[in-house]
Formats: sequence, C-alpha cells, structure tokens
Amino acid sequence: MVETSGAPSAAASATRSMTMVQAINDALDVALAQDPRVLLFGEDVGMGGVFRVSDGLRDKYGEERVFDTPLAEAGIVGYGIGLALAGMRPVAEIQFAGFLYPALDQILSHLGRYRHRTRGRFTVPMVIRAPYGGGVHTPEQHADSPEAVLAHVPGVKVVIPSSPERAKGLLLAAIRDPDPVFFLEAIKLYRSVKAEVPEGDFQLELGKARIAREGNAVTLVAYGGMVEVCLKAAEVAAREGVELEVVDLETLTPFDADTVLGSVEKTGRAVVVYEARKIGGFGAEVAARIAESAIWSLQAPVLRVAGWDAPYPPFSAIEHHYRPDARRVLEAVRQVLAA
Amino acid sequence: MEPLRFIAEDGGTSDRLPFSPEELVRGYRAVARARYFDERALTLQRQGKLGVYPPYRGQEAAQVGAALALEPRDWLVPSYRDTGAALTHGLPMSQIILYWRATPAGWRFPDELRVLPFYIPIATQLLHAVGVASAGRYQGEDWVAMTFIGDGGSSEGDFHEALNFAAVYSAPMVLVVQNNGWAISVPTEKQMRNQRIAERAAGYGIPGVVVDGNDLAAVWHASRQAVDRARAGEGPTLIEAVTYRMGPHTSSDDPNRYRSPESTAAWEARDPIQRLRAALGAMGAWDDEREQAMLAELADEFRAAVQEADDAPEPEPEEIVEHVFESMTPDARAAWEVLRHG
Repeated sequence: MVETSGAPSAAASATRSMTMVQAINDALDVALAQDPRVLLFGEDVGMGGVFRVSDGLRDKYGEERVFDTPLAEAGIVGYGIGLALAGMRPVAEIQFAGFLYPALDQILSHLGRYRHRTRGRFTVPMVIRAPYGGGVHTPEQHADSPEAVLAHVPGVKVVIPSSPERAKGLLLAAIRDPDPVFFLEAIKLYRSVKAEVPEGDFQLELGKARIAREGNAVTLVAYGGMVEVCLKAAEVAAREGVELEVVDLETLTPFDADTVLGSVEKTGRAVVVYEARKIGGFGAEVAARIAESAIWSLQAPVLRVAGWDAPYPPFSAIEHHYRPDARRVLEAVRQVLAA
Repeated sequence: MEPLRFIAEDGGTSDRLPFSPEELVRGYRAVARARYFDERALTLQRQGKLGVYPPYRGQEAAQVGAALALEPRDWLVPSYRDTGAALTHGLPMSQIILYWRATPAGWRFPDELRVLPFYIPIATQLLHAVGVASAGRYQGEDWVAMTFIGDGGSSEGDFHEALNFAAVYSAPMVLVVQNNGWAISVPTEKQMRNQRIAERAAGYGIPGVVVDGNDLAAVWHASRQAVDRARAGEGPTLIEAVTYRMGPHTSSDDPNRYRSPESTAAWEARDPIQRLRAALGAMGAWDDEREQAMLAELADEFRAAVQEADDAPEPEPEEIVEHVFESMTPDARAAWEVLRHG
C-alpha cells in the first residue's frame, strides 16, 4: 500500500520522450503496480481504449483489475463510487467528456457529496478520466468541454493537464488523492507533441497553478489545450518585444487564486482563454476572481477569448473558427494593451 | 408468479415453515421493535421534535426480514424509507433520531457499522451497492451488499444499469424491491405494465423471486437464500416483496388526497406484526406477559435514545464547510472563518 497523500515526489532523474497518451499510460502503469486497490475500467478499456490510453495494461495486470464495463456511463460512475466506498481506488474512463451526461445524477447527487453527508465517515477516492475538447475533426458530440459543469460541483476536483509531463505527474497525484478527481485530457494534445517525461514514480501537486511562461505585459490564463495556444501567442508577441505571462491553471477546483492574482498584480492586464462556450464558462470564474481581488491593479478590462455562443460545431471545414487560436488571443492582447 | 408465503393472514403456518419457534421469536422481536420505533418517531415528528420523516408502517416485515439475513460483515445500502432495515442491521435508534432531526451529529454512522447513509435520489444507491459488493472480492472478503428500492424506483434507469452490472460481474448483491403499491400518489399500475417486478430479473439473466412482503418468514427465507447464493459466488438476486405503505409518503404527505381509506383498510387485515404474533401464539412461543415485557424494554430503549439525541451537541455554522475535502480549500477556509467568527 502507498500513502494516500503527502508531498509530491521529486522528479526522477531519468526521462523518456512520450506523447500525452503514453505519459498517461505510464502513470496508470505506475499506479497499478504500486497500489493493489487501483482498478481501471470503462468502455473498451480492456483492449486499450479508443485512444489506446490503457494499452497493454490488461495483459500486465489482469482482467480483474483492468476491465470493460457495460455501455452505461451512470453505471460506470455509480459502480466506481461503490468500489471506492468499500476500500478500492477506482480509475474510471468515460470515453469522451461529451458522453458524461448520463452520469450527472451520480456526479451531482453523490460523488462530491459523500464525505460531507457522512461527516467524513465515507469518502470517494475515485478518478474519472475523460478526453475533452475539439480541434481534431471528431464526429458530433465528441468535442465538448464540460469542465465548468464539473467545476461547479462541490466536493470534486477538476484537473486538466497541458503536456505529457504534467499529465503524468498530475494523474498520479489524482489517483492518490483522498477525494474524487475529474481528469480531463485535451484530445488535441494526445499525440500532437512528444516531450521528455520523468520515468517511474513522478507526482505533481494538485490545487496549484503554474507560470508556464514569464512575462510582464499581459497575463494569459488558460488550461489544458489552450495553454499551447497561449504559448504560441506569447512567442509571436515576443517577436514584437511584448512579453506575455502564461498562467496554466492545471487544477480548476480547488482554485489557486494566489498564482493568478499575483500574476495580474504584476502585469495589470488579463486575458482568460478557454474553448468551452464563453457564457458561464470557467473563465468567467477566473475573471470574477480578478475583478473581486485585483481590480485596482488592472490597467484594462479583463477579456475572455472562448467558444462562441453555440454548441461545438460538428462541421469540420469551419470548426477551427470556434476553438480559440493564437490569432484571436493576440487580438484580445492588443485590445487590453490599447486600453 | 405466486408470492412465497409461510404464514397466512390469520396466523396459520405452512408445514414447510423453515424456521424454529425460537428463530421466529427473534424475528418477531426485531419486527416489533421496528414498528415501535416507527410509531414513536412519527409521534416525535408531530410534536415538532423530528424533521420530515418517511414512515414505513406496513413494510416492517419486508425490511426486517431482509436485514435479518445479513451478517455483521455484510453491507446495507438503504433508501430513505428503510429505517427498519437499518435498525435491524445495527444502526442505533439515537442515530436515526438525530439523522431525521437533520443535525450533523446524526449523519456520521458508527465507524464499525456497514450501513451506508439513507439515499434520497431514487435508485441511485443500487449502483453503489453493486460496487460495494464487488469490492469485497479484491480484498479477500466474502461480504454481501443488500439494497432496497420501491416499485416507483424500478422505473429509474439506475435500476436497470445496476441489475445489469451486478449480473455481468456476478456481484454478491441482493436487491429487495418493496412493492408497496404507491410512489407517493402514483399507483403501481400507472408505473408499469407488468404485474411482477421480479419477472424483470429474467431480462438480466439472474433469479427473481416474489414473496409476501407482510410475511416475515417468507421475506427472511428468500433473503437468506439470496445472501447464501451471493456469498457462494453465484451472483445477485432480485426479491420482490409485495407489501403496502399504510401511512403517508412522508410526514408532509396526506394520502387521503389520492387514495381511499378503504383501500388501506383492506391491508390492515394483512398486518405483518399481528400475523406473526398470532402464529407464535398458536405455537405457544409467545404470550401477553412476554409482549408486555418486550414493550417495556422498547419503551426504555426509545426513551434512552431520545435522551441521547437531546444531549447531542447543537451544530455550529462552520460545520457547513467542513468535510467537503480531506483538506480544506483556501475558499472553504475563508468561509470557515466567516461562519465561525461572524
């Protein structure tokens, strides 16, 4: 058995080049090897999952620990809650975040409420992984970004990594966390980049945002697939001598206000970037926090660059107009700099 | 499917009765205790000393008979009306009073007790019961999980998903459907086209049995068989206990708005406690003296439970933000300070 909480481990010395899919697979491998309570399941998970995230794990750990479920999302989440209540560490996969909705009753009624309603007697140390977001021409309803819905649920944590390294370290932290964690993985990032990832046990800390790039002119706040977009925008701006600071939230809830506010107090300008629909999105919470606590530092209104007021479009030829890109981020940057 | 029955409405017993008089006395004590608690709890509610309370009068045998089949190592996963089952599996009366007083002191059940909290969202608990049942297999434990639902709850999607998951994983789970005739104001015939909920078990490839839910011996026997099957690794069972909700849906409900007193009166003759008492009387296993002694003991137990509940600490406002996560978030910490110090 391993400790269920504790300080993040130091980065292992050896690294290996991995895609995000490989890094997540590696994290699951480490967790399954270390803790016999960890179980991995979901639709098609046994054969490796539709994105091959669980590739090879059933062969390595057996059908009892890595298994397929019937095709029923409320069942997957509800079954996992039961396993967790009785001492297991379930890691459930929902095939696409847009398929999560049948499970919302279990999520809203129970997942985040159990510790509270039993005053700590019962807890649900469960991870629910789901690929989310657009940018890869998936079929209709395969590209949703429902993080704001999940972040609104008390008692659950929402974690969204932005790179292979972050994915591995954050997923291991999520699996060892004593409370339920949603772990959303940007489909766009699954195979688009390869990067060096520490081998073996490697854990990062939940509940902490990080500065992905330092700058002084404008703070860009993003998470998941939008971090890459913001870093690209920052590179372009740097060529014109404008240094943008990119804050990668990593954990949406519990929200790390200090890191965001510290950056905004330094730059005096903020643009919040997310690919979900703008209205009521998690970026609205970020903007509200800045307005509540850092408004006297602001030189310009907080702007949001986000999905338009429409469902994510299933129309391949024009879908790239929905998902924010570096050009739209830079437009907002110009606006806040002109204010 | 004819319901399994060992004790007739007049107390006459079948030759095949699979319980000794001593066992039945134990069962009678448990079912009478459940009724005693339910009646007094409703009275407390009417006196303003309990919050909203969902009584289970008429369903005592269905709940108690099922729970009697469990060992302490087994799990009970109750809905809000299954107080009688929880009581039988060891949840103290004082805890239940505090629970229905909606005070935090009542919401942490004793650590050693394998009773999950009462579930409000209908049928959602069934999936948890399947997961709890399966979890034992990984830990070398042979526990069984028993859960409850009503006729109305059998319409929910989670009912289907739970039975299917339980069947596919051969989970050691027992699902007891208390078909009590009513889902608040909606009668069973408006809830479903089929006569027997137990028939649906065939659709999942698992056994389904119907029992007279007002016959403690029938419920107990069927539950014991189902628990034994589950523990032996043979998978889940669906038990339909045909019974009747004699009282209101909750203390806030008035059943006269949707059903006639006559329809309820017909079920008075099938009362589960009177029936069992008559059977025990005929066996010479029970008499008025023993009855009076038992009632005096129950009165003492209930009085002590109320006293214990009255002595529980009043909740403090900051308890609202406690136990959300293991460690308090910065936001919850700030809220805690506000609630604590105003």
